[in-house]
Amino acid sequence: MSRLKATRTAICTLALLLAGSTLSSAEAAGTLTIATVNNGDMIVMRQLSQEFEKAHPDIHLNWVTLEENVLRQRVTTDIAMKTGQFDIVTIGNYEVPIWARRGWLTEIKPDAAYDVNDILPPVRDSLTADGKLYALPFYAESVMTYYRKDLFQKAGLTMPDAPTYDQIRQFADKITDKGNQVYGICLRGKPGWGENMAYISSLANTFGAQWFDMSWKPTMTSDAWKAALNWYVSAMKADGPPGATSNGFNENLALFASGHCGIWIDSTVAGGLLFDPKQSQVADKVGFAPSPKGPYGKGPTWLWSWSLAIPVSSHQSADAQTFITWATSKDYVKLVAAQKGWVAVPAGTRASTYAAPEYVKAAPFASFVLNAIKTADPNGQTAQPRPYTGAQFVGIPEFQAIGTQVGQTVAATLSDQMTVDQALTSAQASITRALRQSGRAR
Amino acid sequence: MALKTKTSTRIGVTALGWSIALWLFFPIFWMILTSFKSEVQAISTPPKLFFMPTLSSYGEVFERASYWHFALNTVIVSVGATAIAVVLAVPAAYSMAFLPSKRTRGILLWMLSTRMLPPVGVLVPIYLLARNTHLLDTCTGLAVVDMLTNLPIIVWMLYTFFREVPAPILEAGRMDGATRWQEMTMVLLPLALPGIASTALLSLILCWNEAFWSLNLTSSHAAPLTAFIASFSSPEGLFFGKLSAASTLAVAPILVFGWISQKQLVRGLTFGAVK
Repeated sequence: MSRLKATRTAICTLALLLAGSTLSSAEAAGTLTIATVNNGDMIVMRQLSQEFEKAHPDIHLNWVTLEENVLRQRVTTDIAMKTGQFDIVTIGNYEVPIWARRGWLTEIKPDAAYDVNDILPPVRDSLTADGKLYALPFYAESVMTYYRKDLFQKAGLTMPDAPTYDQIRQFADKITDKGNQVYGICLRGKPGWGENMAYISSLANTFGAQWFDMSWKPTMTSDAWKAALNWYVSAMKADGPPGATSNGFNENLALFASGHCGIWIDSTVAGGLLFDPKQSQVADKVGFAPSPKGPYGKGPTWLWSWSLAIPVSSHQSADAQTFITWATSKDYVKLVAAQKGWVAVPAGTRASTYAAPEYVKAAPFASFVLNAIKTADPNGQTAQPRPYTGAQFVGIPEFQAIGTQVGQTVAATLSDQMTVDQALTSAQASITRALRQSGRAR
Repeated sequence: MALKTKTSTRIGVTALGWSIALWLFFPIFWMILTSFKSEVQAISTPPKLFFMPTLSSYGEVFERASYWHFALNTVIVSVGATAIAVVLAVPAAYSMAFLPSKRTRGILLWMLSTRMLPPVGVLVPIYLLARNTHLLDTCTGLAVVDMLTNLPIIVWMLYTFFREVPAPILEAGRMDGATRWQEMTMVLLPLALPGIASTALLSLILCWNEAFWSLNLTSSHAAPLTAFIASFSSPEGLFFGKLSAASTLAVAPILVFGWISQKQLVRGLTFGAVK
């Protein structure tokens, strides 16, 4: 009997616990839920947001930090089903125009004091759809070349002001010392539309290749694509690290920071990380150069920005706009500089940041980043006319699936499961099929 | 000669057992080790086995997130889901074990087949149900989903344990005037307690480690430790030290709990194996 009593008591306690947990989840008015990624700038923003809450006592911030892919999936589900769980979402310039045209995002109308024209034009344009601004950037990046000055000096090499891919290959050959685990070149090899295909798309553009022609027919079997991919595979096999198909941004950052890479071509965000002695063993040996040019020499390069947007499902869009205009303002940049130092201020977003002598002094790579973003040209023209925009991605909803699938095929060439020709033929067929299924091409 | 062979076999089996145990434990050992490294040490090549330990990763983890909030949610969800599942599964398994019909086997197989469906296949309907019943981001919602996910396994395990209980013992109870309820609670349950305890433990561990539904159905209020770990993965920047520290903190309670209750678990899992 006493056992029965104990069981009943346990069930009642549990029911109370669960009921309590349900009640506690009821959202208080004035609380903004922000879905975000775990990167350096966001961590700083989260810490400094206490200042915002002090200045706006009626607004409380509730942060939800998620892994990038989980964030994308959660936010897409939330917005598509109009759940309204998030008042502010962190999304990239790939999603902003697509989601805005679907009516998922609220237009942002900052006041004059915000000085929207201070945002670097390529970044601002990439967050605009049909002439309306749908997100504000808290950080933006392009692509640049990192190299080890000490290894170059030892080999008697000098990095030119505007290197070409042929030169990069020659340099990589000369500084590779596999016996001492020093690899001439490190590039992304991990499959994914935002991983290896971000770099490969940028490489293809400067080699005169592109994803589609004006009738949305894939052009993967073109000579330009073959030349670009042959360069990549040949360089990585001769001078790259082993197991390169597992290497994304973070893995290459770890390799370069621990002294195992001679040259690394990747996002400009790595500049601050490699320059920080707490995170890099080669902080005093890093050299910077622009992204190399291929035979075509022009074309879009790379532009990515993490931005804050307001889903239409949010019930507190006015408060949400107050926060995101604060978090991306000139005053916020000054606050970060005062609290964390100039090197920690959000990069790639505001012209005024690059005009500040303190920032230029603290971040010697600043001019490379600014120039890289200004010349990223995501809406620019490739060797042949193209029906899409985007630098290191194609600004259509199908690209996430297409890019990841082609990324796996490209990775197969690095692991000798396919030749370059086989990979490109396979990619051509899979993209054609995907676009036919989506109804974009017939 | 025979004794010598027996001894060498025993040594061989012991060595094999230890090798497998060490091989299985190595990732956990490495995770714990990495959690005491700085971010630069965590990524160094070749990996460092000997280094000056630091608590900086733990410091950052505690500074950035409220560990106790996530841990409490995990306890509520795991204990809640397990308790409800056991309460529902005991009568179900009892009826299937002692009052079988011609459809019992089919029902059992159907229940098990629900485990074969990839969770993402039912994400949209479950998400919509949770939204419409206001159970998104609540411990109740997550506990119900976890309970439903584990119910087939729990029913199956309890069914197997109950089948091992000799029917004449229950009959003797009935002869003494016990009702069905009394037969189940006063005769069957005490006899099958080791089996029920090990089933509950297994369910607790499964709920503790469940990540898919945790990440999709919760955001902040009801987010458990799996969401806590995921928040330390970074798209750009070094995070192995912090991620290892967060993972160590997340698995530590269940690891200690499992270690303390391992005797019970093994006894339960081998319940009825030897008659």
